[in-house]
Amino acid sequence: MDAVNRRIINAFQGGFPIAERPYAEAAMRVGIEEDELIERIGDMLDAGTLTRFGPLYNAEAMGGALTLAALAVPAERYDEVAEIVNAFPEVAHNYERVHALNMWFVIATDDPARKATVLAEIEAKTGLTVYDMPKEEEFFIGLHFNL
Amino acid sequence: MTAQPNRTEPPVDAMDRRIIEATQEGLPLTPRPYHELAVELGLTPDDVMARMRAMLERGVIRRISVVPNHYALGFEANGMSVWDVPDERAHELGHEIGTLDFVSHCYRRPRHLPLWPYNLFAMVHGRAREEVERKVARIAEILGAADRGHEVLYSTRILKKTGLRLSA
Repeated sequence: MDAVNRRIINAFQGGFPIAERPYAEAAMRVGIEEDELIERIGDMLDAGTLTRFGPLYNAEAMGGALTLAALAVPAERYDEVAEIVNAFPEVAHNYERVHALNMWFVIATDDPARKATVLAEIEAKTGLTVYDMPKEEEFFIGLHFNL
Repeated sequence: MTAQPNRTEPPVDAMDRRIIEATQEGLPLTPRPYHELAVELGLTPDDVMARMRAMLERGVIRRISVVPNHYALGFEANGMSVWDVPDERAHELGHEIGTLDFVSHCYRRPRHLPLWPYNLFAMVHGRAREEVERKVARIAEILGAADRGHEVLYSTRILKKTGLRLSA
């Protein structure tokens, strides 16, 4: 990654302007032109360096629901269970982790009733116990990679 | 004008939902992205920008930003550190751990005894596991005797990462 992309990532993890020509404004902050910023963001998305660019929505503030849940999946059933879990559009993220509880997924839905339904359906379809771990309190979130 | 919380109004109305739907894949990569959304939605650009600013204020939009893939950036070790701390101290300790610059997310969550005794989660990223381990050791040092047990769960695969999708 070159110095300019590094500056773009450092500068815009925390926020991006809402303005008539936001890329022009933002580009000035990293010392490049509007069209170059647009092209670089597009290229980083294509290359997978960025997973997303745009508004990040908060399911709970929308009146929806969010939770983190875990499963203890037998090794020989891992791919099959991952397919069942991932098939739900409400499953926003799913990670394999090294632990007896080896599959961790986030459910995000704008329809709060869907959370319990999806968890119950995952239990029914997999035959496994779902450990629901909704956040009880959220502390300061930094998430800032300093490159 | 100050927005008053109104419990009878849903936090997002039908037009907000259309804006959310139109930006689920991201912000258009054109010089006037909010104008492009406005044309698509039959609004004025000022309406789109005002609604998005209002959603930012209400926290419906957390932020508008680039989301780096931490693996692609070389932060290949991603450890979910989980801690069993006394419930009565979880609030205070969560605050302290959450403000560490190497902790990206910090939450209090329910235990599931006996399998899962942990009530504090702190996500730690590093270029390698040793770096994560050093950072976890720093957390343990801060917690002191309040650390009644902890583990670090490393992620070995992203099985899915799409973000919120609106229901039909």
